[in-house]
Amino acid sequence: MSALIARFAPWRARSNAYFAQHRSLGVLVAVVAIGVLLPLLSRIPPFGDLQSMNAWVNAFTIAGIYALLAVGLNVVIGFAGLLDLGYAAFFALGGYTYAIVASPFFDIHLPFWPMLIVGALIGAMFGIFLGAPTLRLRGDYLAIVTLGFGEIVPIVLLNSDPFTGGTNGLGGVDKPVIPGILEFTLINPWPFYVLMMAMIALIMIVVFRLQDSRIGRAWDAVREDELAAESSGVNTVISKLQAFAVGAAIAGFVGVFNAAKLTIVAPDQFKFVVSISAVAAVVLGGMGNPVGVAAGAFVIYLVQSIFLKQLNTLVDNFNIPVLKEVDFLEFQYVLYGIVLVLMMLRRPQGIFPAKRRMRLFKDSEGAGK
Amino acid sequence: MAAATGAVRTERVRSQLFLPAAITGFLALMLGILGFDQFLNAMTLGAIYALIALGYTMVYGIIELINFAHGDVFMVATFVSIGVSTTILGQSGAITDIPTLVVSLVLLFLITIVVMALVGALIERLAYKPLRQAPKLAPLITAIGVSFILQNIIQFFVGPYITNVPQLFPTQWVFTLGESRVPFLNLFVIGSAITLMLVLQLFIARTKTGRAMRTTAMDRDASSLMGVDINRTIMITFLIGSGLAGAAGVIHGLYYGNTTFTLGFQSGLKAFTAAVLGGIGNTAGAALGGFLIAFIEVAAAAFGFGRWGSAIVFSLLVIILVFRPTGLLGSHTGDRA
Repeated sequence: MSALIARFAPWRARSNAYFAQHRSLGVLVAVVAIGVLLPLLSRIPPFGDLQSMNAWVNAFTIAGIYALLAVGLNVVIGFAGLLDLGYAAFFALGGYTYAIVASPFFDIHLPFWPMLIVGALIGAMFGIFLGAPTLRLRGDYLAIVTLGFGEIVPIVLLNSDPFTGGTNGLGGVDKPVIPGILEFTLINPWPFYVLMMAMIALIMIVVFRLQDSRIGRAWDAVREDELAAESSGVNTVISKLQAFAVGAAIAGFVGVFNAAKLTIVAPDQFKFVVSISAVAAVVLGGMGNPVGVAAGAFVIYLVQSIFLKQLNTLVDNFNIPVLKEVDFLEFQYVLYGIVLVLMMLRRPQGIFPAKRRMRLFKDSEGAGK
Repeated sequence: MAAATGAVRTERVRSQLFLPAAITGFLALMLGILGFDQFLNAMTLGAIYALIALGYTMVYGIIELINFAHGDVFMVATFVSIGVSTTILGQSGAITDIPTLVVSLVLLFLITIVVMALVGALIERLAYKPLRQAPKLAPLITAIGVSFILQNIIQFFVGPYITNVPQLFPTQWVFTLGESRVPFLNLFVIGSAITLMLVLQLFIARTKTGRAMRTTAMDRDASSLMGVDINRTIMITFLIGSGLAGAAGVIHGLYYGNTTFTLGFQSGLKAFTAAVLGGIGNTAGAALGGFLIAFIEVAAAAFGFGRWGSAIVFSLLVIILVFRPTGLLGSHTGDRA
């Protein structure tokens, strides 16, 4: 066995060297591999017995939405070190942007594909709009300001009935269409799944390239020591604004997809708990590591929507009197709480720590507050 | 020289008089705009916000932590007060016999305050103390986690419904003032809240522990060198802050007669806004901010913007933090914001 591994060692070293040079290609290969493997894995018992393949593919697509939200939020929290507690607001803005111009509500039907970009731009715009006056605030105050913004946006959406449909939101949102080739439907989850995988590949490539760029290195500097960064010539305000804008753009981008996938947007979908689920995913996965936070989001989503549901049926089958009354789905929010508290106390760097040293959440010298 | 001293003294007297004068003027203005009923309503709501805001501001003052779970401590208190009323006191409705009422209310307040103080101290011990040396965002994230856990504990044991709270204080007791009917309940609520705040002010200003709290807030290391037991002082701060949230919970139950497990989030955020508005770290400011926020909310509702009430308060929070992070009365920590 070890001889076999040894024989492949030079090949592995060469492929590692190759993908270190061609990171984007590596991401592409990895996403394709995962995209093919996940549906296959879902056929293997015990997973295959839980639900049909189409249901699994659909679940993976929604998990992908959460994963991308975590990757976007990670740019703000993990790269630039700014705690954003109102991230769902940008997600909502992207979704409403698309729903307003592609639903029967105003009877406008703009195509899906360019609106992905528009949603991202709207997100970025609001990110800059919120960030410009507030980013000079200290970390915990910024967290509360973003939280306030995250509360205001759903209230505004709820109360602006003539544009947003109020409580009911906007229904019948158009699904994506590739003219003459493919129309996305609710029955067939595969086109959405493939699109999601493509989006993950795209966002991951963008995020990795940003991380290695001048902008990304400036984020590192600002996060580790703002004063030192500033005296080394980094414009900290611009740098933080860029992080905010990129994070918000990703949320807006995913928001458009989410609206098209669910075919409805409503204020209730964008509550505080969505922002917190993204924060929990980032904390669980490992701040600053895009792959880690995506995995964190994936795990959290699967546990809360598949595992807890199965626990219900399992307990019902065993007929245990006390546990029978319990609806385990109610525990999904406590999951976020437990993840946040335990990770912060026991492993603040997350399950998959970022390679670059982070002082933001673990600080052995007691400096750098 | 004498003239100069006189001028300084006049200046000081003027600045001391300014605040009470401004508050009186503001209250008179609000009374004029809102009318008596809404005014009383705002004062009662303000008393609740002020009591919660005190917990935020004391904790922030001493360890610079936005104790996100504080609103949920208040929420838990409303449920504890149900338990105390029905189980320990055996009461489920209004008590019209005055001696029984007094004894019941005293017990209700005492037991709930003590229980919540212990809960608050326990949270501090388990979730915040291990992170005392960690950078500031770590305990903030833990606090959010604790907030979710508290909500779910209540949801698990009580259910996700709106639950009725026994209103021990008879709501039908009213007296007339001119043309308005004034419920004694409102006066009781406002009176007990203001009493608690005055006791707190005296405690902080006059006792040795209060002085330890003030010095710890100013400079933790120096206080430690002067012989202040930092851990004990921080724990006492949490005991007092959570106890006040307990009192606010009792008052909320008596006044509104219902509660639910999500109560803490919005109330907590509004109370935090109040603390920031008054100047975080400043106990008098928190009380002032609590009443101001309540007036803004009630005024918004009175003028037909009820649905926008929360949005207005949170916008205010954003605006204050951006333009005047030290709040109205200023604070010792604000300059670093």
